[in-house]
Amino acid sequence: MPKDHGIGASVKRREDIRFLTGTGNYTDDITIHGQAYAVFVRSNVAHGRIVSVGAEAAKGMPGVLAVFTGEDFKDVGGNPAGWLIKSRNGEAMREPKRPVLAHGKVRHVGDAYAAVIAQSYNEAKTAAQAISDASVIEELPAIVDMRQALADTSNRVHDELPDNECFDWGWIEDNRAKVDEAIKSAPHVTTLNLINNRLVPNAMEPRASIGEYFPGTGDYKLTTTSQNPHLTRLLVAAFVLGIPENKLTVVAPDVGGGFGSKIYHYGEEALVLAAAKKLKRAVKWTAERSESFLTDAHGRDHVTKIELACDLEGNFIAFRTETMANVGAYLSNFATVTPTFLHGTLMAGPYKVPNVYVNVKTVFTNTAPVDAYRGAGRPEATYSLERVVDKMCRELGLDPFEVRRKNFLTPDMFPYTTPVGLAYDTGNYHATLDKAIQLGDVAGFEARRAASAAKGKLRGLGLSTWIEACGIAPSNLVGILGARVGLYDAATVRVNATGNVSVMVGAHSHGQSHETVFAQIVGAMFGIPEGSIEIVHGDTSKIPFGMGSYGSRSLAVCGQAMANACDKVIAKGKKIAAHMLEANEGEILFSDGVFSVSGTNRSKTFGEIAFSAYVPHNYPLATLEPGLEETAFYDPANFTYPAGAYICEVEVDPDTGKVDIASFTCADDFGNVMNPMVVEGQVHGGVVQGIGQALLELGVYDENGQLLTGSYMDYAMPRADDVPFVTVDHSCSTPCTHNALGVKGCGEAGAIGSPPAVVNAVLDALNRAGKKIDHIDMPLTPSRVWSAMNA
Amino acid sequence: MTKVTMTVNGMSVSAQTEGRTLLSAFLREGLALTGTHIGCDTSQCGACVVHVDGQAVKSCAVFAQDVAGATVTTIEGMANADGSLGVIQAAFQEHHGLQCGFCTPGMVMSTAALLAINPKPTVEEIRHGLDGNICRCTGYHNIVKAVLAASGQDATAMAAE
Ligand code: FES
Ligand code: FES
Repeated sequence: MPKDHGIGASVKRREDIRFLTGTGNYTDDITIHGQAYAVFVRSNVAHGRIVSVGAEAAKGMPGVLAVFTGEDFKDVGGNPAGWLIKSRNGEAMREPKRPVLAHGKVRHVGDAYAAVIAQSYNEAKTAAQAISDASVIEELPAIVDMRQALADTSNRVHDELPDNECFDWGWIEDNRAKVDEAIKSAPHVTTLNLINNRLVPNAMEPRASIGEYFPGTGDYKLTTTSQNPHLTRLLVAAFVLGIPENKLTVVAPDVGGGFGSKIYHYGEEALVLAAAKKLKRAVKWTAERSESFLTDAHGRDHVTKIELACDLEGNFIAFRTETMANVGAYLSNFATVTPTFLHGTLMAGPYKVPNVYVNVKTVFTNTAPVDAYRGAGRPEATYSLERVVDKMCRELGLDPFEVRRKNFLTPDMFPYTTPVGLAYDTGNYHATLDKAIQLGDVAGFEARRAASAAKGKLRGLGLSTWIEACGIAPSNLVGILGARVGLYDAATVRVNATGNVSVMVGAHSHGQSHETVFAQIVGAMFGIPEGSIEIVHGDTSKIPFGMGSYGSRSLAVCGQAMANACDKVIAKGKKIAAHMLEANEGEILFSDGVFSVSGTNRSKTFGEIAFSAYVPHNYPLATLEPGLEETAFYDPANFTYPAGAYICEVEVDPDTGKVDIASFTCADDFGNVMNPMVVEGQVHGGVVQGIGQALLELGVYDENGQLLTGSYMDYAMPRADDVPFVTVDHSCSTPCTHNALGVKGCGEAGAIGSPPAVVNAVLDALNRAGKKIDHIDMPLTPSRVWSAMNA
Repeated sequence: MTKVTMTVNGMSVSAQTEGRTLLSAFLREGLALTGTHIGCDTSQCGACVVHVDGQAVKSCAVFAQDVAGATVTTIEGMANADGSLGVIQAAFQEHHGLQCGFCTPGMVMSTAALLAINPKPTVEEIRHGLDGNICRCTGYHNIVKAVLAASGQDATAMAAE
């Protein structure tokens, strides 16, 4: 029998019961008595001067309660960028204000410049259309292409800026001359120009928000689709509306996926709060999918030139990267850190390369804001590295497996500081590579290739070896780098009088399974049944100030905070036990839910100690407070560094260019694994998002800034029949050395490691078939592959 | 406004509707059956799938008035009489066929309809049969396993691990 509880067991998820019976509680499921409905009036043009807003048109229309325009929010604060990045010349990034509703100009299709509140959704929708029809917006030429945006300073997304550049960042600037020199004198240099395609995150639950205001107390409540309710509270209260934090509760109930897009504070959240206050009734807004396409922060969108310098045996000498990263029309909260510190610092990969330099220019365009999307910067880094390594192998006729092996850091080299400033703590990249080779049956590839060829299909095999930095992040370090918040997390462990436990955590679960997995950890630490432990998350009035879930940080940061709080509870329990058992504290042992005196049979159960803490009749009241509840804030000493090796096999149809994924194999090192079932599920999902990026997905704006891929008719989401089963393994574990759980994080891995494996496999198939093709930009649709083959 | 009556999860229910009221809105707003989800506005995600007279239907693409008198089953009607999970629901839990849970009601309803016409589908038939339902979380791996298991097939043997 496999273990059914405790650390390392594939415990079935308790959250499934409500989701499988239709009794989940997502934001749009909530109805507040008397609620009104908000609908936004959004720009149809990518760039335009607002001449007049036809708010009058809605006056007197059935059910209309209020209309808001950009003028109403002109004097409130703006939604800030979370990181201040400096340019190579030392100047601070340009940081135009991001208003609740646009005024003066609209800057992307979907930019909201008015909102109407009505008794019913249909009435609000009808009135919004009337306002849209009555508004006058003078269309300006759209700024879409990044190169053009940088070249033409006369047409600007933000008139108050001198041009369309946000910053020009170098990492590490001191490496620059050395890297240039190394590349100049290297025996071989491989150069690759590539695009990391724009993606639309598409969590299946569209964003939604409900604002409430309680006039009797002056309290506000925001129920919203957020990955991090405290961050949203901080932003909307302190930065945007000027509400005291203590007067605003933010609740993120069940949230239907995030993938980054729900980290950020969006203007709709501020609007429903302001409207609720004005109307003294709840105001609800739910995005239609087309609004999600237009206004959720998009992902990726990098244009990159990468150079790899090496000797003729394939030993790496230097990597140099030049990237243009699109930030869209406004700076979303993590837009400036994603293409910089989450990308540039990963450009050494798992390799012992002595020289690395990265230059990133970020560019404003008349498109939706671009921000972190599953992997956030690290998929972009991995894709550039693994594609250029693959190209180099082909140029020099080297074996991609051997080239990885000879350049990998070896286990004896840890801790290892890379030339781009990260200190990797542990890893064994050879082990994960060997595991992937074995599980992917690389030895049998030739036979499978022959079988494919017999069917008229071209088979190829692609490899990608990846590393990421997650468990974000040591606050003092990120503070130096420009973060405007701390990145610790927090948990409160409350042992109730009857011995069951409520655990309030700063992390938020929107698919990650915290309610089950966190209970496994607490249950194991306390030696009590998991069923007696409740994990509470998502409500700022219940949980301690935490930073939420993104960047594969929940377990490595919040989980460790929770474990530390459990340790504090146990320490206090020992004091209580010492008193009750008339022993010295140092003699008290705790294991399997029992406090005992060392070397004796005297003991008290966890429940007895809890009861005594709340009914302190026989209790050391002079020296110890009653109650059994502890809070811990945990600020990690370092990032964590999961890594792995992915192997993809594809079959390409030479007549149509269609790519089928024949198999996909992952060997990952996530450190210690708490629940293998959950970890495997995270990898499956991440890999399929990466396959989506590699083969299907592309956010396309035309030259007028119209989003051509604004629905599921034009934006190809991976569906069940587009993808294979995914073989996953996490047995090559090197536990993290700086958190006691030894965990590294697994949420983003699949999306980071998979795109280059797919693209490398397709190029392998084509080159084996005699087509000399260096590169095809993602997504590798049939038309792109066919065109490359027939160029 | 027109009064519409239908049988939902075994109960006869009535509500006032406009001509434009969708079945999904009738269920979610009129009856507070919020297990049926809305994931798109172009009838392409499948989060809203319910059964109308035994057929899987995207409830966002049907007017409530057009199905007056019909028998409708939603996710809320899929558990066993004693409240325990039905076979398909239990298989989804057992095989971790859901993460955020948002696509799940539609997946379960589509699976039930698939198995009703094809009680032992192959992996390919399952993938094809569910291609009207988008899941962003699971990569479908465990959903396919859950459907295999729900149809009494050996999921672990058929799915690569
Ligand atoms: S909501 Fe019905 S198909 Fe998407
Ligand atoms: S479980 Fe989240 S969309 Fe399927």
